[in-house]
Amino acid sequence: MLEALSLPFMQRALLAGLLIAFTTSYFGVFVVQRSLAFMGSGLAHAAFGGVALGLLLEHEPLWIAVPFTIIVAILITWVRDHTRLAADTVIGVFFAFAMALGIVFLSMRTSYSADAFTYLFGSILAVQAIDLWFAGLVALLTLLSIPLWSRWAYATFDREAARADGLNVLAHDYLLAIAIAVAVVVAVKVIGIVLLSAFLVIPAAAARLLANRFASMTTFAVGLSLLTVVAGVLASYEFDIPTGATIILAQVAAFALALLTSIALRRQRIRRARQMTP
Amino acid sequence: MGNGENDGQPVIETQGIEVVADGFCILEALNHTIPAGAVVAILGPNGAGKSTYLKVLLGLVTPTNGSALVFSHPPGKAPPSWIGYVPQIKTLDRAFPARSCELVVNGLRGRWPWRITPAEHDAAMAELARVGAAQVAHRPLAALSGGELQRVYLARALVRRPKLVLLDEPAAGIDVTGELDLYRVLEHYHHDTGATILMITHDWATAAHHASHALLINRRQICFAPSQVALTDENLRQAFGHAQHDHLMHLGKDSDA
Repeated sequence: MLEALSLPFMQRALLAGLLIAFTTSYFGVFVVQRSLAFMGSGLAHAAFGGVALGLLLEHEPLWIAVPFTIIVAILITWVRDHTRLAADTVIGVFFAFAMALGIVFLSMRTSYSADAFTYLFGSILAVQAIDLWFAGLVALLTLLSIPLWSRWAYATFDREAARADGLNVLAHDYLLAIAIAVAVVVAVKVIGIVLLSAFLVIPAAAARLLANRFASMTTFAVGLSLLTVVAGVLASYEFDIPTGATIILAQVAAFALALLTSIALRRQRIRRARQMTP
Repeated sequence: MGNGENDGQPVIETQGIEVVADGFCILEALNHTIPAGAVVAILGPNGAGKSTYLKVLLGLVTPTNGSALVFSHPPGKAPPSWIGYVPQIKTLDRAFPARSCELVVNGLRGRWPWRITPAEHDAAMAELARVGAAQVAHRPLAALSGGELQRVYLARALVRRPKLVLLDEPAAGIDVTGELDLYRVLEHYHHDTGATILMITHDWATAAHHASHALLINRRQICFAPSQVALTDENLRQAFGHAQHDHLMHLGKDSDA
């Protein structure tokens, strides 16, 4: 199994997977704890609009998709702030809008090409140098944003209390939405639009089941995400099955284990409590 | 009572505060000056705008008209560590992964803690012991009862040694022992620090017994005065309307007895 790692394309796949796993799972804890799971899915589909525009303009799609998705993320946050609509409703509107724009852009292209559809399902084995550089840059930016964790965590815990303590919660909402947008776009080519939200949601959800503290939830999510990438890449090579999907199956397996563990721990606690009371 | 440091200096000054939300005026004509060291009971029926008033002082709600000063600063501009706030218990979210002592350290820091230093841990434990919640210090929020959560939030507000404590219905949903403990803790804190305390309550007798001043609100200010002066039949009738009047009179006699 380990000889797979001597192959350059496997090395690139593993490195890209690890960088993306780190970024998405780190922001995923905020996504999950703020009940924004649909945001990941919505922004991934919004990125499709940007990719299609890039293909239409015959530009590197990523350079168009990044600002495009950031604008959609800002619009979603703005509409949420200025109306009483629920987050998933607003995301649903922009999700459809960007996707429809993408289809129109693709139809305007004179030459048909299948590459737009590689973005739907991703191609981790076809990762190129530019994708790696981009994923590396975004992972670095994520590391640089760690000092904001204590602010984002506070605003996630209780917006009003955070505001009363002088935190500009709305500005941090925009910042976080932009960060999630960038994390999503960088993952689109590698993981694909359809399955991308799994990277944001599943490791963080599994971590939530095991953690009693937000700090440990964050480290568990990142750790689980990195582990499942290694397991998924190796298993996909061994069994010759699609890599992106295999990683997500590994994430679901980790989630199932976390679920069973949390249930077992709760039962044990109840049993211990019963033994202690006469 | 109090350390006398800023006795007489107004802590809160409001002038003609008016709050309009969704086209409805939910609060108007608030004019009062609260001196340092006062313990103020805020009374009024449901929907009277009591919580909104506290949110104006915290800078969470911006008045449509009028002005408010907190420690001579516009709301939200005074150093946050000067103010301790205990929100309404029913609005609190227990789904966040946190332990009680983390919540208290959060009050100490004004940020969410990644790691707790030994000094912060000691401070949080001392505060939790003071409010009678030391035994739940390491429990996750989801495993706390309403009364326990209330104590933890009180510790979170007091651990920063605020000069102004704002409490939104601190006695709602807790049993008599819990309520007595709460007032005992607040009285000690007030005695030790001379802090100003504002407390929303539905309990007329509590207001008469524990508060130096009473603020009666029913969408507008009915009265702000020392409690003996403020808590008259006429004012209570204006604040609560006729329906509750007999009940309130009865409570009043009980507490006098």
